[in-house]
Amino acid sequence: MATFTLPANSRIGAGQTHKAPAGAKRVKEFRVYRWNPDDGQNPRMDTFEIDLDQCGPMVLDALIKIKNEVDTTVTFRRSCREGICGSCAMNIDGTNTLACLKPIDEVQGPVRITPLPHMPVVKDLVPDLSQPYAQLRSIEPWLKADTPPPPDAERLQSKEERAKLDGLWECILCFCCSTSCPSYWWNGDRYLGPAVLLQAYRWIADSRDEATGERLDALEDPFKLYRCHTIMNCTKTCPKGLNPAQAIGEIKKLIVERRG
Amino acid sequence: MATEKLSQRTLRSPLGRVRGLGAAKEGAHHWWVQRLTAVALVPLTLWFVASVIVLGGASHGEVVLWMARPHNTVLLLALIGATFWHGALGLQVVIEDYIRSERTRLAAMLAMKAAMLLLALFAAVAVLKVAL
Repeated sequence: MATFTLPANSRIGAGQTHKAPAGAKRVKEFRVYRWNPDDGQNPRMDTFEIDLDQCGPMVLDALIKIKNEVDTTVTFRRSCREGICGSCAMNIDGTNTLACLKPIDEVQGPVRITPLPHMPVVKDLVPDLSQPYAQLRSIEPWLKADTPPPPDAERLQSKEERAKLDGLWECILCFCCSTSCPSYWWNGDRYLGPAVLLQAYRWIADSRDEATGERLDALEDPFKLYRCHTIMNCTKTCPKGLNPAQAIGEIKKLIVERRG
Repeated sequence: MATEKLSQRTLRSPLGRVRGLGAAKEGAHHWWVQRLTAVALVPLTLWFVASVIVLGGASHGEVVLWMARPHNTVLLLALIGATFWHGALGLQVVIEDYIRSERTRLAAMLAMKAAMLLLALFAAVAVLKVAL
């Protein structure tokens, strides 16, 4: 059966509390998931009190402040801090999003931060994404064409053909959507998940690609594609405002269309 | 590392595991028929509910006469077919979603489909016995 409860070694215990410095006026509580693979302990939620007058506006600013000034062992991924690299994807206040794009003042009460759901945890807020990365590789996300490109020129697209890629190319592969999808939680070993299916559709929708039928063949499967039940968590959670559910719907429509 | 124990119960590469046995080239028919039967059930169910309301208070003989009219018999059979077909397709999705073991899944699937088929036949024979 699908797993609905956490195994004993994953139950989350209470952690340490780090008080705000005396004299802090605007104090916000951050509850951060901590787990270290090396100490044999269960995960715990540590509480950090942060003076918002001494902190940048986004949740990532608070995490960096915690790591710099309070506890240097807090582990998380971050790079661009402006929503284009997808590294700082995590679950904040119950929703998967990018810490760098999430304003602290959007969260009522304590800010609860956990790793992306239902992925193996490497340490603290760092999930193991090798499964979705391998799934992305499996849909062959590159241009496939037998016709050689014109000599000394690009492959051309009309403006309308190019417009079909809008809403698809912007995906930064943060996997907020895939890890918000119950179908991906229960059957992520076989279901490709919204992020990878959106990428698959990005190449199916590309007028320059000549492998559309081959791509549809590779997706037509009860588990790879049809585990999507249009739950729409993906679209709701996408920090870039994209619509993976619609892309999956378009793939299903094309597969019906080609049956005649 | 502990995560490796969790996520890599095999030494096969992640890409090899993800590709697995390949695509079944199946699922489109299931998806399409589930939607077709759903759409067909809208008028059929409305017709059935309306008929039951109209027949409210009718005697046994009147209901038998109503069922014996050919268009009513045919629509009742269509309603039974669409209901159990749609139900079987829906339950199939629930089983595929939640049962992880291949053997249990196969057993549950066969039992469910057999039960739905028998129930549909039972309902159809009941209608025909009254109607014919």
